[in-house]
Amino acid sequence: MSWLMTVDHKRIGLLYLSTGFVFFLVGGLEAMLIRMQLAQPNGTVLNPDLYDQIFTMHGTTMIFLAVMPLGVGFANYMIPLLIGARDVAFPKLNALSYWVFVLGGILMYSSFPLGGAPSDGWFSYAPLTERAFSPGSGIDFWILGILLLGLSTTIGSINFIVTIIQLRAPGMTFDRMPIFVWAFLVTSLIAVFALPSLTVAVLLLLLDRQLGTHFYNVGAGGNALLWQNLFWFFGHPEVYILILPAMGIVSEVVPVFSRKPLFGYRVVAYSSVAIGLLGFMVWAHHMFTTGLPAASLAVFSADSFAIGVPTGVKIFSWLATMWRGKLRLSTPLLFAIGFIALFVIGGITGIMLAVIPIDWQVEDSYFVVGHLHYVLFGGSVFGLTAGLYYWFPKMTGRILSEALGKLHFGLMFIGMNLVFMPFIVLGLLGMPRRIYTYSPDQGWSSLNLLASVGAFLIAISFLVLLWNFIRTMRRPAQGLADPWDAFTLEWKTSSPPAPYNFKEIPTVGGRRPLWDEKHPEQADWRAGQ
Amino acid sequence: MKLGFKTVAPVLLGLLVSGCSSPQDLLAPHGYIAGKEAWLFWIVLAMGAVVFLGVEGLILFIALRDRRRKGDLAEPKQVYGNRSLEILWTAIPIGLVLILFGLTLGVMAAVAPPSPSAGDLTVQVVGHQWWWEFDYPSLGIVTANELHIPVGESVRVQLVSADVIHSFWVPQLAGKTDVIPGQTNLMWLQSNQTGTFDGQCAEFCGLQHAHMRFQVVVQSAQDFQTWVAAQQASPPAPQTDLEQQGYQIVIKGVCSGCHTVNGTTARGTIGPNLTHVFSRQTIAGGSIPIGQMSEWIEDPQGMLPGNDMVIHLSNDEITAVLAYLDTLK
Repeated sequence: MSWLMTVDHKRIGLLYLSTGFVFFLVGGLEAMLIRMQLAQPNGTVLNPDLYDQIFTMHGTTMIFLAVMPLGVGFANYMIPLLIGARDVAFPKLNALSYWVFVLGGILMYSSFPLGGAPSDGWFSYAPLTERAFSPGSGIDFWILGILLLGLSTTIGSINFIVTIIQLRAPGMTFDRMPIFVWAFLVTSLIAVFALPSLTVAVLLLLLDRQLGTHFYNVGAGGNALLWQNLFWFFGHPEVYILILPAMGIVSEVVPVFSRKPLFGYRVVAYSSVAIGLLGFMVWAHHMFTTGLPAASLAVFSADSFAIGVPTGVKIFSWLATMWRGKLRLSTPLLFAIGFIALFVIGGITGIMLAVIPIDWQVEDSYFVVGHLHYVLFGGSVFGLTAGLYYWFPKMTGRILSEALGKLHFGLMFIGMNLVFMPFIVLGLLGMPRRIYTYSPDQGWSSLNLLASVGAFLIAISFLVLLWNFIRTMRRPAQGLADPWDAFTLEWKTSSPPAPYNFKEIPTVGGRRPLWDEKHPEQADWRAGQ
Repeated sequence: MKLGFKTVAPVLLGLLVSGCSSPQDLLAPHGYIAGKEAWLFWIVLAMGAVVFLGVEGLILFIALRDRRRKGDLAEPKQVYGNRSLEILWTAIPIGLVLILFGLTLGVMAAVAPPSPSAGDLTVQVVGHQWWWEFDYPSLGIVTANELHIPVGESVRVQLVSADVIHSFWVPQLAGKTDVIPGQTNLMWLQSNQTGTFDGQCAEFCGLQHAHMRFQVVVQSAQDFQTWVAAQQASPPAPQTDLEQQGYQIVIKGVCSGCHTVNGTTARGTIGPNLTHVFSRQTIAGGSIPIGQMSEWIEDPQGMLPGNDMVIHLSNDEITAVLAYLDTLK
């Protein structure tokens, strides 16, 4: 089949998007199982062993097999179009990175029937993951899966970096590049520099487990915190890999649906770079409770505060873009606004976690689980969903139903607050993470029940999306090239674009080539932009 | 149309408040450290609330005021930036985080351990999969599940692990400190109120992480001395036939492989020291009431699947064991 052999970035993009979406649904199912088990005290839906596998695979799947591939999917499809190119720099490598990702995902999931999935959490702390404490093969599957996924991401990131640097259309300086492209350039650079730390961490663990070395084996002279340092040196930049593409999408959607240019384009572009750089200097804020000296902790706290500044700047820039615009509250903009509203909560709780004495209380509690879901679900998932509704017409020639889209938004927005705001409170009530059950006397029962109801709402919202998708795809394509009256180059092509993307490579004279063409009297160059 | 936060929030708040009472509620502090941390949280929450209301309010305001009116196809004024505004909304956040950083350093200093003095009580906490051991080296006491401390005194706590990483968290007294194999982490506790405060392991440590709980029992000086004396006492010899039978199983038989009873040949170290087991309120990692000892011995795997206690005793053996254990107060 041509899809198996394709090297066309648009097809590979669709492969990433559909595979990522399938894994997202699987991760969602795992979340539903967790919420069913925790809906009541002393739950019996899952025994502890199965629960541990499910929560581990939920995190691993959502991060490595869903959110990252969905971002790469949009990047793959859209970046060559956004920069006026015919494809990425290395189309065959592009295909390779997709198939290695699929192999990694299949390998990880094959652990379930082959002795059990990994069950020590998505960040797999040593020495719990050593053979002595995790004798099954689940962790080995996890390690091998991570190695394959890291390979896929590294290849893909190099591909995008070269593509963005080398293949921009004539006239498209970095200063005129769409923010989504900036965001993905930084994302790819982060990946290339962060992944080696993870690769080393898991290789050392594999050596410990399989060849009897003692890197993390404390009794034999190894060091337990070595794992945490190596892992989080990757793990923190990783969360910026997860959020930057979504922020990039928001930076594309908000201007189009506000009918205004992005406010402070340069500042937004540089803030992405700042976030990328600062993101490498905060990793030990995941280790505030490990007994590190106060001076070290203070440095990481300071930098964690610092990273809030460029993030806040983006939020104000988006709001200023919408200010005195003419907002079309269509589904893409609703999800972008949802991103902003929810990410603010994630950000505020994140700043709270940077306050070390507060972190000493709420670290490893449901407060953190609430925080991370506000940024990853309220942030990444809402942002990616905005991208889906925005770019769906370009990829399929059809527009998803507005009514169903609004229903999806409403259910998902309410649902997610019903799950994750209770999590914040549960953390303050002392509920630790990763517990398979709790007692009625601990006072956590009603909030857990509420959260489980909210999860159910989120699940329904995705059924609405699926129904919207099926219904829309059954209709004949209208093939509108520019249904949103948008600004950037992808809307110049047909919907879907021809295999060669552009009949002629365009020459670009500004940040919003289509706006300038369609509105010459208000063109950006008239304002000296 | 977006459901306004201002309509949904009060409803949510009501629902949240109704579920809001827990023995591990860190905003109901009873210890010196927890008190400072809770104070800091309220301040940061207030600052966060102002930002939250401001930004979310702005979003709502813009979404309503600036939505395109029907039939209005004109494009708005194109605005590209505003240097002063950009400086303002960079400088103000920098100012806010500087304040937060100052508060952070201040409270870190306030909750730093007081300088050691000779009379200080030192407790060693040993984290095991999946129970807490509490040793008082200066008093010759080894116990589990309950950490007794005298009120009003600062108690030094040394945290060591017997296996994997755990985390020692009793929210109403202090923030948590991880228990890491290969190093001894130090923290301290002080409560100026007597009472029993619940704690729980806060670092995923395997199958029964959820049930690795403990209590800190803060007692008056006199009650604490009474407890110490009782813990230092030797266990009685078994008297009745049933107790003798139980003694055989516990001290000479299967239990001795994992448990210690002071002054006997039972020297196992995998499970808790049982010398004064019936002086405690809980068993099995602090998660099962002592009154359920019989059910626990009968089917430990059924109650806490995957824990290290794998035994199969007949009903008669269980009766005998209970009779002997009952003397270990």
